[in-house]
Amino acid sequence: MSDKFEPNIVAFLCNWCSYAGADLAGTSRIQYPYNIKVIRVMCTGRVNPLYILNALQQGADGVLVSGCHPGDCHYMEGNMFARRRLGLMKDLMEFVGVDPRRFQMSWVSASEPNKWKEVVEKLVEETRELGPFEQFQRNMINW
Amino acid sequence: MTEKPKIGVYVCHCGINIASTIDVEEVAKHAEELPGVVTAKTYAYMCSDPGQIMVREDIENLGLTRVVVSACSPRMHEPTFRKTLREAGLNPYYLEMANIREHCSWVHPDSEAATKKAKKLIEASIAKSRLLEPLEEKEVEAEPSTLIVGGGVAGIQAALDIADAGYQVYLVEKTPSVGGRMAQLDKTFPTLDCSACILTPKMVDVTSHPNIELMTYSEVENIDGFIGNFDVQVRKKARYVDTDKCTGCGDCAQECRVKNKIPSEYNAGIGKRSAIYLPFPQAVPAKFTIDPEHCLYLTRGKCGKSPKCEEVCQPGAINFEQEDEIVDIKVGTIIVATGFDVFDASRRPELGYQDYDNVITALEMERLVSASGPTGGELLIGEGEEKRKPKDIAFIKCVGSRDESVGNEYCSRVCCMYTAKLAHLVKEKIPDANVRVYYMDVRAFGKGFEEFYDRVRREGVRYIRGNPSEIYQNGDKLVVQVEDTLTATPMEDEVDLVVLAVGLEPRQETKDIESLLRLSKSSDQFLMEAHPKLRPVDTSSDGIFLAGCCQGPKDIPDTVAQAKGAASSALMPLSKGSVTVEAQVAEVDQNTCRGCGFCVEICPYDAIELEEINWFGHTVKVAKVNEALCKGCGSCSAGCLSGSIQAKSFRDLQILPQIAALGVNKE
Repeated sequence: MSDKFEPNIVAFLCNWCSYAGADLAGTSRIQYPYNIKVIRVMCTGRVNPLYILNALQQGADGVLVSGCHPGDCHYMEGNMFARRRLGLMKDLMEFVGVDPRRFQMSWVSASEPNKWKEVVEKLVEETRELGPFEQFQRNMINW
Repeated sequence: MTEKPKIGVYVCHCGINIASTIDVEEVAKHAEELPGVVTAKTYAYMCSDPGQIMVREDIENLGLTRVVVSACSPRMHEPTFRKTLREAGLNPYYLEMANIREHCSWVHPDSEAATKKAKKLIEASIAKSRLLEPLEEKEVEAEPSTLIVGGGVAGIQAALDIADAGYQVYLVEKTPSVGGRMAQLDKTFPTLDCSACILTPKMVDVTSHPNIELMTYSEVENIDGFIGNFDVQVRKKARYVDTDKCTGCGDCAQECRVKNKIPSEYNAGIGKRSAIYLPFPQAVPAKFTIDPEHCLYLTRGKCGKSPKCEEVCQPGAINFEQEDEIVDIKVGTIIVATGFDVFDASRRPELGYQDYDNVITALEMERLVSASGPTGGELLIGEGEEKRKPKDIAFIKCVGSRDESVGNEYCSRVCCMYTAKLAHLVKEKIPDANVRVYYMDVRAFGKGFEEFYDRVRREGVRYIRGNPSEIYQNGDKLVVQVEDTLTATPMEDEVDLVVLAVGLEPRQETKDIESLLRLSKSSDQFLMEAHPKLRPVDTSSDGIFLAGCCQGPKDIPDTVAQAKGAASSALMPLSKGSVTVEAQVAEVDQNTCRGCGFCVEICPYDAIELEEINWFGHTVKVAKVNEALCKGCGSCSAGCLSGSIQAKSFRDLQILPQIAALGVNKE
């Protein structure tokens, strides 16, 4: 591994679309950066906005939430809740001085392994440019 | 959860799929040192019998209370290992999987990085597993009936199989008759069976079977519910003909004022029909239908003095007052068999389909050579006096298939053989015709296909390897511009008739059912099966199955085979009589719930309601989950202000440790 900064990215993927899409990327041996680590949830609607802050606080440099395309949610409208909630979260993060590129959302269906690769590559590249995220770390807040 | 969990970690080699990239021994050694882990083992194939026995014995001998299997995707083998836990007497929901194959070894070639990531993923799974809870799977009764959407050969076959097994079937077909695409075909390859002769008996069977309720000229309006208990609304479109009275005599169509003016869908547009019509003579049910888009009376409110059809109908079956009817049915399972559309050849403008009458699609050719077609099976081109038998006929293959420029990368699987069949039929009808087939490759892969292809070539059909670049007119001839790529010879081939072997595309209307049922599509836009190898008729939604070309192009034997597979899968919950409902549902902590009702508004399934409880002498409102309705998406949990409603197995308390484990960037 080279000496350049390797960001640590936590991703929340819905079971039905994006997790399946990432599985298909595996089955198709489509290579993408290893920086991303996935937590499976049943639906992006399950992703509590606090998870994003928590991940950044725990040492992630970037966070991704990815689900079914709007209108294709396995649970009818869970991704719509996610889009609205997490969109607000993104605005809030920008407001408190966090670069909004640190938290991204994407819609990757179960048949889009190449899109998954693109999403991951772009996110890793952007986060690498942004450098390590230290604003939220506990030692900085000093509790 | 007072006792400390005893965790067993099992790292799978998956042959070399995982072990060639990830140092599994090192990963297991790392896992063994983590708090709570009692044992960490590796094995070549964890899902195999010896692998499962190893897990089972450890649970029994070491008293494990949690199992972390780090192998492939949980979407693949979670059910397998849940069963292992259950067999060993441990609650199956004490299992957590770490996906180190699809999400790690297969996508990260760098061995060092992949091993490091695998360790992290396992740490996260172990962290979550500590806080897992035992869950109970409940059974609910299943409605003993099936809905089948689409009345082509796939839908018909599935309907007959399920009905013969003794269960109720609702067969919903959009057009006025069952039969689908197969009814439009003349002969079938490679045996040259007459398509109608083998299909029509089955079509009649679906009307006469006591267990089948046939709903033609109907569309699925809405579907709610889940496996075992789907509530379906079907719109029976107004036929403007009382089917109880209609005898199918056809007097009405003879007298219709727009007789022979409307392109017949059945004849692929080359024949004409009246506004009141029977799609084809063998249509089932043999009841007439008025086309509301073309009927003069229905479009303009006036048809001469009075509609002719009404005048001549002896039984008085015409009823212009008829309205659409919504029928509610309850079913346990659903089979989607919506079929295919042929590729629209005008999307390849260089082939001149829109410009020249003598450039036709294979489906039109099918109707031209069919005895039940508009020409009575005579192959004639030109109009009126000019009618003549074509002498030189060119077939062009792969129109709309294997062609990235029109967005269809896939092979349509049937064109090679139906082209051979049509070429044979041409030679049969016009023995001295010069027939050539322009092809990219000939794919004769099925039973009897290669033999049939050989036979057709022996009959004098010439196969020329080349993909025509343009077709233009020269007098009454068409010129096919093409390069014979085997001899590198550019050619200009003068012919009388060009037949485009158009590919298969998902039917346009599939989109409606796809969005109603939340089905996934593959990248080729056909509906996606749950697993390409092992669950070819299932969808990712329980209780919904696929049959026929809606899942991908296939020929008739494959369609029938898949329909039979879908029927047997759809029968399982029906014959068992019950289905297991999702155990990973939401649960409310009524001690902390403040009864705001946000979750009630969020829930897409109306599974949450507020109930009044007695709280130390006060009556307060709190949320309550109906476990039979909850699907476990967890949208309520993310919206709850007090964190009182939680999705089991995906609680905040279970996800946060995962985040913590993945976030910490220490080596």
